[in-house]
Amino acid sequence: MKLQGKHIIDASDLSVDELNLIIDLALEMKANTEKFSNLCKGKILATLFYEPSTRTRLSFESAMLRMGGAIIGFSDAETSSVKKGENIADTIRVLNNYAHIIVMRHPREGAPLLASQYSTIPVINGGDGGHQHPTQTLTDLLTIKYYKNDIKDIKIAICGDLLFGRSVHSLLKTLSRYPNTEFVLISPSELRIPYYLKNDIMKKHNVRILETTSLEEYMDYVNVLYMTRIQKERFFSEDEYIKLKGSYVLTPEKLKYARKDLLLMHPLPRVNEIDYEVDKDPRAKYFEQASLGVFARMALMALLLGRDY
Amino acid sequence: MLKVPGITQGIVIDHIKTGNGLKIFNKLRLDKLDTPVVLLMNVDSNVLGRKDIIKIQDYTDINMDILGLIDQGATINIIKNSKIISKTKVKIPQKVKGLFQCKNPRCVTTVDNYAVSEFTLIPNDGKLQYRCNYCEELTEYKL
Repeated sequence: MKLQGKHIIDASDLSVDELNLIIDLALEMKANTEKFSNLCKGKILATLFYEPSTRTRLSFESAMLRMGGAIIGFSDAETSSVKKGENIADTIRVLNNYAHIIVMRHPREGAPLLASQYSTIPVINGGDGGHQHPTQTLTDLLTIKYYKNDIKDIKIAICGDLLFGRSVHSLLKTLSRYPNTEFVLISPSELRIPYYLKNDIMKKHNVRILETTSLEEYMDYVNVLYMTRIQKERFFSEDEYIKLKGSYVLTPEKLKYARKDLLLMHPLPRVNEIDYEVDKDPRAKYFEQASLGVFARMALMALLLGRDY
Repeated sequence: MLKVPGITQGIVIDHIKTGNGLKIFNKLRLDKLDTPVVLLMNVDSNVLGRKDIIKIQDYTDINMDILGLIDQGATINIIKNSKIISKTKVKIPQKVKGLFQCKNPRCVTTVDNYAVSEFTLIPNDGKLQYRCNYCEELTEYKL
């Protein structure tokens, strides 16, 4: 199985075997980081960040530096030739001669796919608007594997904006390809998962999906709880927002009913959906999740660059 | 009864729902052709009661996807030596490229000239609902 030269625009670009290959290498890299410190020596990562991002960009940069590679790029489109009106295709064609791999974040949805159509080197989507964020999905899978030893029999509750939150859609689509996954989808009724997506997942993978508006209802049932932010602008009225905003805040009281082996995740940044007191709970692993993201990105880049390890 | 002679070579788009004939004429930009084109409206029809018909002499290269988006009941007759050599039903296109805009204002196809909008049909109760290949937003095609 070769990932060399592939573009990663959407997590569904990767088969389950390919996902597992990346995850297993990431685990090996975490266990023995030193061994891989020269794996990408002489390789250059171009980070094209058309909009600000701290976590994703630094995580990619840290990943490449830990493998002995180098970094070029920009983190603000205002200081690049983009400001002069250069289109994506031209930028990419030039960058193809300067780097060996590209990670791109862009406010326009579909921009990394467009970039990949003009690129001879691998393009990784580092987030395109509210659309896809495949390395977040990889990070999520790696976190589940790391803490649960396997990605099977996962009963995962996902709480938040399930209508517009498309990185959540990516997680749903990807996890549904793993054996015996069950979903509990928690959201206000206005922000439920789109019908076509639910239908698609249930038909293709025959997974069980439970929907609820209550954060507490299945708290004692699930073994993973994935919290996300609900943006105020997603509500249809101010009244509705005020009425519901407290319902989706995870507190130590609500966690009392959760299983002892619960894995509590969040893609970060959080706003107020997880009470700071919850950070002390040993089941809360969102900061560890963010640090695992570096290893997921290391493994992905090494494989796309065709490095032998 | 109005009589319009048949064409000897070319294409006849028949069984067009009344009112759609002019839409098809405009969308296919048939006014730009330099061959004879006839648009018949509100013609008697055994099947539909009334229908529109378009006849184009010496030209067959029309965009079937546009036809499929506007009128899925129409029939395409290819004429050669005054005889119908093939008769096909218009189909709803499964893939559409460059014919309409993605409704998502954040989609890259709305701002970048290199990105031509591309869609895939997502069946939904007979609606012409298309998913953008770039941003995955659903757009319902309406004239």
